[in-house]
Amino acid sequence: MIAIENVHKQFGPLHVLKGVDLTVQKGEVLSMIGGSGSGKSTMLMCINGLEGIQQGRITIDGLEVHSKATDLNKLRRRIGIVFQQWNAFPHLTVLENVTLALRKVLGKSKDEAEMIAIEQLSHVGLKEKLAVFPSRLSGGQQQRMAIARALAMSPDYMLFDEVTSALDPQLVGEVLDTMRMLSKEGMTMIVVTHEMRFAREVSDRVAFFREGRIHEIGSSEQIFDNPEKPETAAFLKSI
Amino acid sequence: MYFGGSFTWGDFQFLLSGAVTTLSITLVAVIIGTCLGVLFGLVRASSPWWISNTLGAVLDVFRSVPLLIQLVLFNSFNSMLKLNWPTFTVGCICLGIYASAFCTEIVRSGVGAVPQTTRRAARSLGLSWLQELTSITLPIATRVVFPSWLGLALGVMKDTALVLWIGIVELLRSSQIVTARVQEPLLILGITGLIYFVMSFPIARLGNQLEKKWGTQ
Repeated sequence: MIAIENVHKQFGPLHVLKGVDLTVQKGEVLSMIGGSGSGKSTMLMCINGLEGIQQGRITIDGLEVHSKATDLNKLRRRIGIVFQQWNAFPHLTVLENVTLALRKVLGKSKDEAEMIAIEQLSHVGLKEKLAVFPSRLSGGQQQRMAIARALAMSPDYMLFDEVTSALDPQLVGEVLDTMRMLSKEGMTMIVVTHEMRFAREVSDRVAFFREGRIHEIGSSEQIFDNPEKPETAAFLKSI
Repeated sequence: MYFGGSFTWGDFQFLLSGAVTTLSITLVAVIIGTCLGVLFGLVRASSPWWISNTLGAVLDVFRSVPLLIQLVLFNSFNSMLKLNWPTFTVGCICLGIYASAFCTEIVRSGVGAVPQTTRRAARSLGLSWLQELTSITLPIATRVVFPSWLGLALGVMKDTALVLWIGIVELLRSSQIVTARVQEPLLILGITGLIYFVMSFPIARLGNQLEKKWGTQ
């Protein structure tokens, strides 16, 4: 379970998160929607400790993310994250991109790491591209590779930060299909997205962020069909 | 004593021994310069501004003062403080520090060229700071700055000519000695230049090969 309690985050004078409370249960798919600058991406970065927080608490299965006593490198193995810019490691082949952390972080042997990597890459449809360098892949393929790279660590949670926003429209579908597949397999996911149709389809719950707070949260039907707050309705209409 | 003779095989061997000294100084200075440069460059790229700027200011001194002055000053300190280091050591250290000042900025720009988001992605997989540095940032940065670094190394080879002023007989000094005897300055300088070229060319070629290899990735 991911528990977020009264989290505040400031970048200098800029108050990005102004007290966010949220819990995500194992097996749940939660989408975060909202305008740009509403704090949803920052929230994701805080969950795996890539960003610090000024106030509040985030715990993952009881472990406090921002406590000095927590080994973040160890905690991060359990939380996969995929970014908007797919962030392939350009000097490594597709296979090496996936095996790197398996070998360095989990200490697996070369053979074992490659076995896992090939399995994950096949899973996202990249079995034919193992020896290729990322620069030869399309954006959609690179993004699927990034998903395989995160999945290879067999995380308990997956975070997706606007993973289709930087893709050409015709490549969005293949990445969303991969995420759909994950949600069907029961992966716990937090998805920051602008793809409303996708959010509605895969999410158990949807959180609408506005001005650094969760303005409204509810089941995907409730948020999309009967939003309670006028701002939520206005946002959904504007998209 | 025989003056004004012709250029002999012995003269050529003498030039070659000077070339060996030039290569040795280059090698040691480039190694010192690169090691210090990587260290300083990482400090410059990843520490708070006041540390980074202080180090930058100190290194600016070495970048701005002509190498010849640094060599002569350092050599004088060497005698004044009775360190009694051989001039070869003095030359290597001086050139090494000089090269490190340039290498620092090369490394800093290389590290800066690695997108922050790529580094974050690596950390998000659970890699430690050091693991991320050695398996992501440094390999990517190396590919970016390799041409500049190669230029620095070739520059250092030519700058070694200045150590003749503190009494080291390297290639250029050897050529002066031979010229004084043979009295054929153009011929000797031509041959000397050719030796410098023969030493630089393979390094430059090797660099091109590496860049080509990386370019296909």
